Amino acid sequence: MSDAVLGAAAIARAPAIRAKVGRDDRLMLVFTLVIGLYLVVSLALPILFMLWKSTEVRAFAYSAVEMQVDTGQGPTSVGTLADVAGKLGLLSDVDQARRANSLTAAQLFPKRAFDGAPLKSVRMRFSGGSADGRLDLSGKPVEAGQWAEVPAQDLRRLVLRAGTQRSLANYAAYFSNPALTQSIANSLAVSLITTAIVVLLAFGFAYGLSRTMMPLKGLFRTIAMVPILVPSLLAGISLVYLFGNQGLLKDLMFGARIYGAGGIVAGCVFFTFPHAFLIISTALAVSDARLYEAARVLRTTPRRTFFTVTLPGARYGLISAAFVVFTLTITEFGVPKVVGGDFNMLAVDIYKQVVGQQNFAMGAVVSVILLIPAVVAFFVDRTVTARQVALLTARAVPYAPQPNRPLDWAAFAFCSVVAGLLLLVVGVSQFAALVKFWPYDLSLSFQHYAFEGVDGGGWGSYFNSLQLALYTAIIGTLVVLVGGYIVEKGRGFVAARTGLHFLAMLPMAIPGLVLGLSYIFFFNDRSNPFNFLYGTMAILVVSTITHFYTVSHLTALTALKAMDREFEAVAASLKQPVTRMFTRVTLPVCLPTGLDIAAYYFVNALTTVSAVVFLYAPTTTLAAVAALNMDDAGQIQPAAAMCMLIFYTNLAARGVHAVLTRVLASTQAWRAR
Amino acid sequence: MTLVAADIALAPAAAPERPPYLVVTNVTKRFKTFLALKGVSLEVREGEFVCFLGPSGCGKTTLLRAIAGLDIQSSGTITQGGRDISALPPEERDFGIVFQSYALFPNLTVRGNIAFGLENRGMNRGDVSARVEELLALIGLTEHGEKYPSQISGGQQQRVALARALAPGPGLILLDEPLSALDAKVRIHLRNELKQLQARLGVTTIMVTHDQDEALSMADRIVVMNMGVIEQIGTPLEIYNDPATRFVADFVGAMNFFDGAVSHENEVQVGGVRLAVDGRTPARGAQVTVAIRPEDVRILGAHPSAGLDAPNTLKVEVGDAEFLGSEVRLSLNYFTSGPMVAQTSQESVRALGIQPGKRIDVCLPADRLRIFMSGANHV
Ligand SMILES: Nc1ncnc2c1ncn2[C@@H]1O[C@H](COP(=O)(O)OP(=O)(O)OP(=O)(O)O)[C@@H](O)[C@H]1O
Ligand SMILES: [Mg+2]
Repeated sequence: MSDAVLGAAAIARAPAIRAKVGRDDRLMLVFTLVIGLYLVVSLALPILFMLWKSTEVRAFAYSAVEMQVDTGQGPTSVGTLADVAGKLGLLSDVDQARRANSLTAAQLFPKRAFDGAPLKSVRMRFSGGSADGRLDLSGKPVEAGQWAEVPAQDLRRLVLRAGTQRSLANYAAYFSNPALTQSIANSLAVSLITTAIVVLLAFGFAYGLSRTMMPLKGLFRTIAMVPILVPSLLAGISLVYLFGNQGLLKDLMFGARIYGAGGIVAGCVFFTFPHAFLIISTALAVSDARLYEAARVLRTTPRRTFFTVTLPGARYGLISAAFVVFTLTITEFGVPKVVGGDFNMLAVDIYKQVVGQQNFAMGAVVSVILLIPAVVAFFVDRTVTARQVALLTARAVPYAPQPNRPLDWAAFAFCSVVAGLLLLVVGVSQFAALVKFWPYDLSLSFQHYAFEGVDGGGWGSYFNSLQLALYTAIIGTLVVLVGGYIVEKGRGFVAARTGLHFLAMLPMAIPGLVLGLSYIFFFNDRSNPFNFLYGTMAILVVSTITHFYTVSHLTALTALKAMDREFEAVAASLKQPVTRMFTRVTLPVCLPTGLDIAAYYFVNALTTVSAVVFLYAPTTTLAAVAALNMDDAGQIQPAAAMCMLIFYTNLAARGVHAVLTRVLASTQAWRAR
Repeated sequence: MTLVAADIALAPAAAPERPPYLVVTNVTKRFKTFLALKGVSLEVREGEFVCFLGPSGCGKTTLLRAIAGLDIQSSGTITQGGRDISALPPEERDFGIVFQSYALFPNLTVRGNIAFGLENRGMNRGDVSARVEELLALIGLTEHGEKYPSQISGGQQQRVALARALAPGPGLILLDEPLSALDAKVRIHLRNELKQLQARLGVTTIMVTHDQDEALSMADRIVVMNMGVIEQIGTPLEIYNDPATRFVADFVGAMNFFDGAVSHENEVQVGGVRLAVDGRTPARGAQVTVAIRPEDVRILGAHPSAGLDAPNTLKVEVGDAEFLGSEVRLSLNYFTSGPMVAQTSQESVRALGIQPGKRIDVCLPADRLRIFMSGANHV
């Protein structure tokens, strides 16, 4: 008894040990700060800056402007502009600024009279203080607090300039404009319909591949991945060639037009299919064979087995796939841009506001609106995925399908139709890219690959894109591996590492267009020390690395988790710095994963449009963006040619990736198990 | 001059008790609200082989990692070779470590693994490879130097991990369940090999294990832990023969426990029987637990030395007999609080014709009975 009391007292009294910061800790801290700074500058700050900017409006600071008029009795104060705004017929401070950024005294007194009395002169003074804005006299700024006086005949020399104001006026303007808010309903509807269709198709496809003995599974698996290798707008182009006014299958439309919701859904189904297929087939692959045996022993009907075993087993996969497809669709820009017609979607609205109307503030507002469903879907998906992991780690026996002729042939027929449609979409673009003059001269030619006289930069864009893809693949992979290493293997600095992980997960929830727009705000600001990046290849590389960071990060984490947790402890006990550990062991062991990440970055850098569409400069035009611009300019055949060029490049990249992976496995004896 | 001479003259008389090499003083470790170590103190002498023994979750690994600096303790101090290392990061301490998983670098050969800790510290290539060959010879894997970890057996991997830890010549070797990933045969073989290697090199070693046979057969001294405290520190013989607490008695080896009360000095009443005990007894009427090891229960007739009139003789019925090779474990029904277990040789079972249901006489020698206070852990 007394021992225990003594012990407790001693524990309470003992001073806490403060661990000394060692060399490895310092090294880790430096790398944590570097990667953390990268993610803060390339992600957190731009997004926050955009949120800030979305609440910024131009307004005249009426109440900061004092005025005196002279109608013969000498200068007489009439109070501030706010006091006389009604009398002078001014609009509200914000509305007036929306009309024009400046206001001359001549506009205040169009009749050169005040209260019916003719004016001799007007004096104004700007109190400054917290209000933003300025008075100019004869083109020169007047210092705050100084009176500026103009005689009646020179009223236009005195100019009041609008400043900025924090308010939700932009949001109010957005919600009072039905043409804009209609997009919310449109986007939700298109996304929900696409999600339903894709999840059904992908489930059927994955079911056929994992649960039946149908032939040609490998081929189907490959074809399912094809949409990942092309820019999504290719689907739009193909749809136009299939069902547009001069489309091959126009008659199937019975007079309906492809431009609109139907076209968007069809295009989005195409490009989101592989994402859903991958997730669902992973979920089906972990299902436990023992459950099926139990069902057989209990003489459960196949139908019942399907509903009581198969579907529940795959439910997390289905839910996760649904959220991913939903997010991809609602944030999609390429497809609705090409086949949307006048059916407005949120993502296209952002583009139109920014590129079409130069209304950056409204672009920011739409971005914030678009962020909401994306962020919600992201968090739900993360929760669901966390549960799926628990299923994965359970010791399950993999399911081996048994021959079943009717089911196998039905699955084969279904998969053939789906795969056929996927190939048709790509094939039509390829055909259109190769014929001389659609639809009048269908003889073959490579003329569209010359990209002569087209918008967007032609072959120059292609080589820029290659450059971007290579830089992104190499730099991105290194950044991601180092970042993942810190998160997974670092010691101490728990808060910093948790923060790093959070930042790394965030890009998944940020639509590309939103990221791109936030870069305009952030990097184009002259007071930003990183302003020099604007308009360079570097900013394209940075935005692309960040845009596709999350999946890469998760891939890296998976590989790092598979490595022994004690390597770092062993290295420290052997007095070897953590950097040597990383380069001698971690990097070589993770090389195949590094290749996967590099391939992922490469392919996405070539196909992406959304983030970079706001960021390219005349010297850094990109292939996929060029295709978009050609399509916009009606040069659809060259656009198709450019998309196919990207496709073949990606195909080659995947080939190189496969060869390198195989070479690694066969030349590095230690990889053999 | 005279002083020095005096020192020399005095030295033998002053008993050359060298200061302990590793001293852990009042170490606690807190995980959020959970206290994994509750004021642990111990000393390890230079060249000693010490085992941390205890059930799963008792804090052995936590203590080892605190000594290594991998998870620094919340309070308390640790000194090694006179240097206070309490707050130092692992790379500033002096130890080699072998984990249960071995943590061999998969992309480096056996040689590469062993050389990993030798490179990058100003040794020239020739010295490094000479040292690597020396260690390869020491662990008997000279032939396998160019193989990768995945190409050698578990036992060989374990030896490579040990060689890698020994390579820079650390003053302390820490082993966290180094044998538990191996199958039984290899484990017993490596147990001896490891012990011999340690004795030959004379390197101070701490090994964590929850296998008592391992601890009893390898350690110079055993530190028995339970729920974040040290229950007893002693040689294997002391731990087995003189368990300081009921927990140690129960955890190390098999033990019969009976609840009773002190009836007289040196006498305890258990059920309807009075048992004479040697040594101190608590005050009369105190509730106690009486303990005896199965092999100390004497079956009369089997031991010619003990006559029927010996004290503490009981008549019991044989319940069950379990054959363990050369030995037999008998469960005997006597006390209501459950069967008593006795262990004896096959030979005496045969000689006495013992079989389930037979009634026999057993003796519980007074000098083999241990007394623990009920409730509290201690005597
Ligand atoms: N990082 C941690 N966070 C919270 N609790 C921990 C942590 N590490 C260990 N513990 C807890 O501390 C206690 C002691 O753990 P420790 O790993 O030292 O046990 P052990 O004696 O080595 O057991 P085993 O024989 O199973 O390896 C356990 O109850 C464990 O759950
Ligand atoms: Mg342990």
